[in-house]
Order: sequence, then structure tokens, then C-alpha cells
Amino acid sequence: MSDLNSLETEILSAVDAAGDEAALEAVRVAALGKKGSVSDLLKTLGAMSPDERRTRGAAINETKDRVAAAILARRDVLKRAALEARIARETVDVTLPVRPGPLGEGRIHPISQVIDEITAIFADMGFAVAEGPDIETDFYNFTALNFPADHPAREMHDTFFFNPGEDGSRLLLRTHTSPVQIRTMESQRPPIRVVIPGRTYRCDSDATHTPMFHQVEGLVIDRTSHFGHLKWVLEEFLKAFFEVESVKTRFRPSFFPFTEPSMEVDVGCKRSGSEIRIGEGDDWLEILGCGMVHPNVIRNCGLDPDAYQGFAWGMGIDRIAMLKYGMPDLRAFFDADVRWLKHYGFRPLDLPSLYGGLTG
Amino acid sequence: MKFTLSWLKDHLDTEASLDDVVEALTMIGLEVEGVADPGAALKGFRVAKVLTAEKHPNADKLRLLSVDAGLGEPVQVVCGAPNARAGLVGVFAAPGTVIPASGEALSVGTIRGVESRGMMCSERELLLSEEHDGIIELPEDAPVGVSFADWRGGSDPVIEIAITPNRPDCLGVRGIARDLAARGLGRLKPDPVEMIAGTYPNPIPVELRFTAETASACPVFAARVVKGVRNGPSPQWMQDRLKAVGLRPISALVDITNYVSYDRGRPLHVYDATKITGTLHARLGREGERFSALDGKTYAVDPEACVIADDAGVLGLGGIMGGEGSGSTEATTDVLIESAYFDPNRTARTGRRLGINSDARYRFERGVDPAFVLAGLELATRMVIDLCGGEPSEAVMAGQPPVSVRTVDFPLAEVKRLSGLDLPETEVTATLEALGFQVSGFGDTRSVTVPSWRPDVEGKADVVEEVVRIVGLDQVRATPLPRLQSVSQKVLTRVQIRTRRAKRTLAALGLTEAVTWSFVKKTEAEIFGGGAPALALANPISADMSDMRPSLIPGLVAAVRRNVARGFDDVALFEVGQVFAGTRPEDQFTAATAVRRGTAGAAGAGRHWAGSAGAVSVFDAKADALALLDQMGFDVAKAQVVRGAPAWFHPGRSGTIQLGPQTVLGHFGELHPAVLDALDATGPLVAAELLLERIPLPKGKGSKAKPPLAASDLMPVVRDFAFVVEEAVEAAKIVKAAMGASKPLVTDVAVFDVYRGEHVGAGAKSVAIAVTLTPTEKTLTEDDIEAVSKAVVAAVTKATGATLRG
Repeated sequence: MSDLNSLETEILSAVDAAGDEAALEAVRVAALGKKGSVSDLLKTLGAMSPDERRTRGAAINETKDRVAAAILARRDVLKRAALEARIARETVDVTLPVRPGPLGEGRIHPISQVIDEITAIFADMGFAVAEGPDIETDFYNFTALNFPADHPAREMHDTFFFNPGEDGSRLLLRTHTSPVQIRTMESQRPPIRVVIPGRTYRCDSDATHTPMFHQVEGLVIDRTSHFGHLKWVLEEFLKAFFEVESVKTRFRPSFFPFTEPSMEVDVGCKRSGSEIRIGEGDDWLEILGCGMVHPNVIRNCGLDPDAYQGFAWGMGIDRIAMLKYGMPDLRAFFDADVRWLKHYGFRPLDLPSLYGGLTG
Repeated sequence: MKFTLSWLKDHLDTEASLDDVVEALTMIGLEVEGVADPGAALKGFRVAKVLTAEKHPNADKLRLLSVDAGLGEPVQVVCGAPNARAGLVGVFAAPGTVIPASGEALSVGTIRGVESRGMMCSERELLLSEEHDGIIELPEDAPVGVSFADWRGGSDPVIEIAITPNRPDCLGVRGIARDLAARGLGRLKPDPVEMIAGTYPNPIPVELRFTAETASACPVFAARVVKGVRNGPSPQWMQDRLKAVGLRPISALVDITNYVSYDRGRPLHVYDATKITGTLHARLGREGERFSALDGKTYAVDPEACVIADDAGVLGLGGIMGGEGSGSTEATTDVLIESAYFDPNRTARTGRRLGINSDARYRFERGVDPAFVLAGLELATRMVIDLCGGEPSEAVMAGQPPVSVRTVDFPLAEVKRLSGLDLPETEVTATLEALGFQVSGFGDTRSVTVPSWRPDVEGKADVVEEVVRIVGLDQVRATPLPRLQSVSQKVLTRVQIRTRRAKRTLAALGLTEAVTWSFVKKTEAEIFGGGAPALALANPISADMSDMRPSLIPGLVAAVRRNVARGFDDVALFEVGQVFAGTRPEDQFTAATAVRRGTAGAAGAGRHWAGSAGAVSVFDAKADALALLDQMGFDVAKAQVVRGAPAWFHPGRSGTIQLGPQTVLGHFGELHPAVLDALDATGPLVAAELLLERIPLPKGKGSKAKPPLAASDLMPVVRDFAFVVEEAVEAAKIVKAAMGASKPLVTDVAVFDVYRGEHVGAGAKSVAIAVTLTPTEKTLTEDDIEAVSKAVVAAVTKATGATLRG
């Protein structure tokens, strides 16, 4: 039997010595394969006597089973070692930087963001968004809005004009978004509730004025809306826009040709250094103009001012953006300095909504 | 409009404090822009006496003063004033005092080696006048050591208010007092104007020379002569008030006209009567006439302007400015006082045309009280006689004051209808009456007569404003606006939704949104297909901002250029905004434009360990354009992409996205090298521009439901082909032919390689495509696949002359 024992010892040591799965497979084939050493021994059983076959067969089969078990165990060890080696080989430096990706690079300009915020608030109050052309006629920009010819109020608008046409009339760049009030009333029957954001132009350029800026106008026309409603709409807007619990407002009589009575609105604020906080403090900050739509304007749009009434207001989008988000300089809005845009701009998916909050 | 508190109190009997007055002014619509208390700036200055004045040891023109400022020890002061001398009583500033003229605190100085512990002040240093030839000399008995402000006395705060164009009545102090009295801040003092009886007929004839059509230019002209006046300086109180409101005292006669202008909002003019030839008359100007105005300039008048003339020529522009030659001087003994009414519109036009701004124009163009023409003349006459003496003639008046009584039928309910404020009718009527309105009648509708000084009040809404602004806008309660629907509905139009979506899409592609000017330089407009004369501004703010932009590209390229100049080479900017093809509303389009420069592709810019970004190319711009189109809800497969774009693009590296030759949605590509040069920009620089209005709307369907998904259970099969074609053959042609080779089995064709080189020969290229076959009924056999492959090869060969690469 010693030959069998020594064969088994030899195979088992070869199993232990196998360094990888391929070497182990070679050992297996050499031992248990069709022509393997153990298989060869099994083939010799046929020539033996039944008694010899019984004892000898049992011994060979035991050897075969032990060899097979050892190979299986060794394969497991080798597999695990190979996996470990692979993992070690595949390990990388995860501190290497990745690219931010387009969502991390792109930015929305504060003006677009604030227009979206304004839209979200007023849409909830049932206001549609109306728009109109930048190049306007004198009629829509002034006459229909009750600016008398030659009135000083016209001069105060610092209007950009185009050269007179063949009929002598001069087109102009709208000085306010109010012409869209007229276009809306001409094209739509009351009740009207619209907000009108857009570009406006005045021939003025200094530290706090740019020749182009943005305004948002609001217009309500129906049979019942009065100054109390106007006050509510504006107070609710200011609270929602500045995302504060409450705001103080001060309505001061003023003059605009297209409203009567006309008011300017101050909002309560606190100034500390260059920062202005809305909704706190005892200072006042002028923020918008408003009033009841002038009967002449209603009449100019083909409606009866004794039957229809309403209110309008207007404010600077750039200005309220500066107040909310703290940009110190209006001119920078139009300079497209990528550092400014990255700093004050908004991420592509910062979508303002009332259900998710204007600023998340 | 400026006035002082004491001036206001001439008309308003009130105990109200300055703060109360300021608050009330703002709340009734006379917005206070500033309050200046001149006494405040003079606090800290003391009356002081120069004890000795020695020559400065190191300077000929400087003196060494020993000054008694009541501080115990005399103070050493170095002074350069020629009038500095022993015994002079003047005004002393100790170190630390803020000098009004400089706004800076005085410090102890060393002047030419000698210490100076304070300063003797000139009037200019204290902003009392322009006088700076010497230091202030006070009377010798002025008490040394007391506050100069207290000694000077009568610190009279100056209030400046912004007057809206509708309130000419508040361009006089009395109008402001009337408003404040109505608000309950005091009582408007009665101030009847005394009629002056002349002692002789007016010696200078006065006429209006207009046609019926032009008579409105100057409907009334009143005048009178006062003989034997002495025109010296006006009294100190008048000079102080005029100076306080920013006017320069000139002489008593001129100062009186300015005073009445500010006191009553009634501009006047005074002539030296001896310099008037013949008849003084108002008429329109004549071509070629010129006159020398009081501002020292010569103006050409025209037939639109209303002038005052005598038989020798034009003396002044009515309601705007008098002439140099006929004005009163120190030597004037006979003065003619004019009080007239000039048409607001004509005055405004003439003033604007000639570029003359004056206190008179400011008032006349807003509308002075037509009923105060004669009263203004009487008031001025009284002051002339009181201050300059003289003998008045009878007053004459040509024409009639254009006083038209306006009466508004005013339903009392109108207050509540417009303002929401429920006021007792007595409060409504009392408020109106306090403002000078007359309220008559009974019942629900009253008759409200508008005072002559309120040209702005025309209708019911104006009357409501008067009531509400005086009662107080703060009385109105905020009232919720009723909701029109329970759940808010969609409020945006298709283009508005697209505009927003385009911005978010481009930002999500890694571009940063810029907002650039709507106007560009003319040459830039011309390069991009604009620059038409109709779209050029007549009064641009600068030559760089002269023409409405035909495209967003020039503005964005300029923005890129500025960033490159700051050291940022890789820039990706976009803008969604208006472009102008013409002046009509329908010529204005909304463009969505992306510009990338350097290596600023969508995947990221610059060098990176995992692979550096290459220079941006036409395909980055194409990807932006198609992504945008897709996000607009348009099926990109339905758009044609054809080679070539407008002239501002590189002809070989640009494309047009269109539905057909007539329906162009936009362009993309590298900018033409010559255009970059012209824009002073450097590449690589690519742009994509789509017009949002041009993109067709998706077909409206009744249902929001999508068609069922038809996904095959069978595995798709992919087969690769490489075709050798001539260089000019476009990939799209190969793809199109392969797609059409075996419908509906071929579901996708992707170009995965383009090769040029020795293996395919010069002038040719190899285009490799992967064709996806998607079986729907049964698994494809090798024979099936072979048949489709043959069909693909045949179709591509037929369409392009390709050969299958071996």
C-alpha cells in the first residue's frame, strides 16, 4: 500500500504547491484526469481478484476523494487570492478631481431668475404674463398713457428715438413697460390680470443708471378692484418675493400721467453698511410706483371708465434683484463678467416655485 | 423746489415742528428730498478777537496772530488773510471743527515752522458766500467767545421738495402752505393782495399781436411803470431767503421778481422803462431775429417762439428769459413790471428747442395760476414801492386771463369706488374746501369747482386723489384680491415657456447666461445682417450702442472678448433675448444663442488628468443647437441640417437647421475668421443661434396620453459596414440611404468612424456605420441578415457611389 500512500502524498504536495488555478488544473488532470495517476490505478482493479479488488478499490477511491477534496479546497484559496490581487491591482486614487459637469458650470442670470420668481408669485394670484415690442410708437408709449404732447413728464423719460419716417412720425424704444398695458387692454376683455416683465430703455448712463434696464409692470382691470386691493397685492408680493414674514409699506401720493390717484411705495427696511434688509428696521426705501388706472387710459383703450376700473404698478427688476441678492452695482448686470455671473447667478435647476420656495 | 421754514410760516400759522412738517409734506405727495439746517454747519465756530498780529518769521505774506476765542489762554494762529490785524473781531475755528467748504476737520498744523492751533475763517470757508479775499469781519462789539451760529441768529432750516409735474401750484410757498393747512398742520394765513392805485396813466403802450390761431401763446399781458425808484441791494432778509433757496441776490428789483416767483409761483419780469422803444408787445418771433438774453448768450428766435418785443426788436422770450439790454440795472430809475401768462406747451417747446432752463420756464410750462396775473403785478408793485420807492402808474392789461372755470360732477361714492375708503361726506367736502375747491349741491353727486391754480384736476379720479392724499393713504385697508380660479392655471404663452426652457437648457449644457445690450455698434450690426437706417437710434448714448441688434452673437462675442481680456480664455456664454429684423412688432424675434470659445465644450474646459478638452468646434455648436431644438419639443429627426450658413460663419464649418429652404430655424458653426478680426476677437469661437418663434409647435392633440410602446421581444442585431466614398459625400446621405434600405427592419444607423489616409487614397474617405436591425415577428436568420446587408450596400452605393471597404 505504500505506493498508494506515497502517490497520495506526492499529489497532495503538488496541490499545495500549485500557485494558480491553471497549475492546480494541471495537477488535477495529472491525478484525476482520464489518464491521471489515480485514474490509472483505478483501471488496474479490473485484473484483480474480488477480495483484492474490494480492499484495494476502497483504498484507491479514498485517495481519489481526498485528492479531489484537496483540489477543491486549494481552488477556493487560489480564487480568493486572485480576487484580492485583482482588487489590489484595480485600486485608484479617489481624491483625483472630477469635472464638475455642465450642470455645475452653467448659470442663470439673476434677471431671468427674478423674472421667474415674480412669475411664480403672480401666477398664483391669477396673473398672466404679457409682453410687447421694445420698439414702440409715440402713441403706445406716451399718448395712450395720457402723456399730453409737450408735457414735461415726457421729457423726464429721456427717450431713445429712431429717425423720423416718411410721415414724420418717430418710433422710439419704450421707456417703460406700460405700453403693454394698452396693447393688452386692446386685445383682451376684462377681467384682466397681467404682469409685464421686459426690457426698457432711457437715454441715461451713470453710476446708478444704465441705458437699458428691466421693469415689471402689473395691471388689473375689472369692475371692482380698488386701491385697497392694490395695497394687498403689493404687500403680498413684497412678502413673498423677499421671503419675509411681514413687510411695512408706506404709500405716498405721487404723479404718473397714466394713473390717478398715483402713489409711490416705500418699503420698511434696515440699513447696515451697504446691506439693506427688507422687512426689518425703521428706514424707508422707495421701491415702486403705482396707482389706479387713469380714466383717460381706460377710455383710450375703448372701455368706459365709469364701468371699468383697476390699478397698475411698475418696478425695476434689476433693482429688486439687487435688493434681494445684494449686488452692489447695476452696471455689472450687463457686463457678462463670468466671475460675476458665477457668483451671483443661479444653477440651471434652481427653479423657483411657490411649493418649493423661491430660493429652495 | 426749496423754501425755508420761516418762509413757510409767513403763510402757515402753525406750531408744528420741523419733523412734523417734513413728515406731512411727504405723506401728501410733496416728497421731501432734503432738509438743510445751515446753523448746524456753523456749530463750533466762535466769535473771536485778534489781540496781536505779528509778521511770520519765515514768510512775508503770513501773519502770526494771537487770538482770544474766549478759551482762557490766547491761541496762536498762522493766517494769510490781508485783512488780519490786531483788533479785528472775526470767526474762529478750533482744531477738530469741520470746515463746511472742505467737509474736513481742522487739525493743528505747522506752517513754515510755526504751529497754528486754529483758523480765522472767510465767508467762503463757512459757505456763507463766495467771499474769500479776507477773513470775516464782525462788528467790534460782537461778544468774544460765543457761538457764531447763535450770534448770527435765525438759523432757518431749508426744505427741498420734489414737485411732480402736475403741481405747479406748489412751485410757490403759499401753495405748499395751503396743502399743509388742509392736512391739518395749521391755518393758512389770509393774505389779500392790495390793489395799488396808480397816480398817472401807464406811459408805455402794451399790446398782444397774435392771430386767432396763435392767441393762446400769450392771452394776457399786464404791466405798469414805477417811476423814480432807487435800485440798490435788496434787504438782508430777502437776500437771506433767496440765498437759502439757491438764488443769487442781484438788485432789489430783480430780487423782488424772484421772490414773488418762489413765494407765489408767479414769475414776473422787470424792464428798464427808459430802454423800451414805442409799444411793448407780445408776438411770435420772426425768422432771422436774434436777441441777447440775460444769461449772456445770443439766441435766434423763430416763428414758433413767443417773444416780447418793442418797436426796435425782440426784448425777451416770453415765459423763458428776458433780454440783456432792456433789463433793470443799478441805474434804473423807471421800471416796467410785467406779469403775463404764457402757453405751457409753447413755452416747453421753445425752451427745449433753445436749450434754456429757467425758473420762469419751469413754472410756465407746468402752468401758473391764470387768475393771479393781475394780483402778481400788484404784489410786485407794493414791494417795489416799499423797497425802492417810486411812483406807480396805473396798471394796464392787454387781453384777458385764460381762466376757465372747471366744474366736476362728483358722486361722493367715487371715493370708495376707487380707493376703498369709506369717508363721511363732511370729511370729503371739508378736505376739498381746504384745498380751495368749491363744493356745492346736495345729495349723492356734488358739484366741485376746481381752483384756478390746479390745472391738473380734470375729472372725478383727480378729485378722489385730492381727498385721499390729504386724508391719508395709510387709512386705506389692504383688501385681498379675490381669486379667479380655485387652482391657479397655466399663465405662460408658448414662446414664454420656450424662452424659460431655452435658458435652463443652455445653462444645463454648461453655458452661463449673459444679458447684453439690445443695441450694438453699427459696424457690428452690419456684419450680422442688420444696420438698416430704420433700426439706428437717432440719439444713441454712444457710437458703440447705436443700432438695434440683428443677432445676439455680436453682443456675446464682445462679452467673450472682455472675459478673455481678464484672463479667462475658455468661456461659454448664452443669451435668450430679442433681435430685430425691422421696426414692426412682428419683426422682433426671440433668439436663443450659445457661444463657446477656447476649449469650453459641454464636457468641461481645459486640461484634465483624465483627458484634456480640445478646441471647440462646429460640432459643439451643432450639439447645442440640436439639444435646444429637442428641448423645445421638436423632433430633431424632422429637421434638416445642411451645409452653409450666413456670411458671418466660416463657410466650410457651419450649418443651417431648417425644415426646408424657406423655413430656417437657425444656424451653427465657427465664426468666419474675417468676422472675428472685425470684432477684434480671437478663436476658436463657435456659435449656435435659433429663433424660438420659428420652431413649429408640436401638433396639438386632445389627449395627453402617449401611444402604446411598441417594443419588440426579439433581440436587435447590429451589423457594421465601412464605405469608401469621395470626400464631398456627406455622411447624412449615407445614413439616409442605409435607413431607407429595408424598412421597417433598419431602426438605427450610427456613424462610428470616419477615416482618411493611405488605405483609402487621396480625395476619398471611409465612413463606417453600425446598422441596427430590429425584428418584430421572428428571429432573423443568417440568410435574412445577409439579404438586408446586401440591400444596405446597394442603397448606399446607389445614393453615393460608395464602394464597400474590403
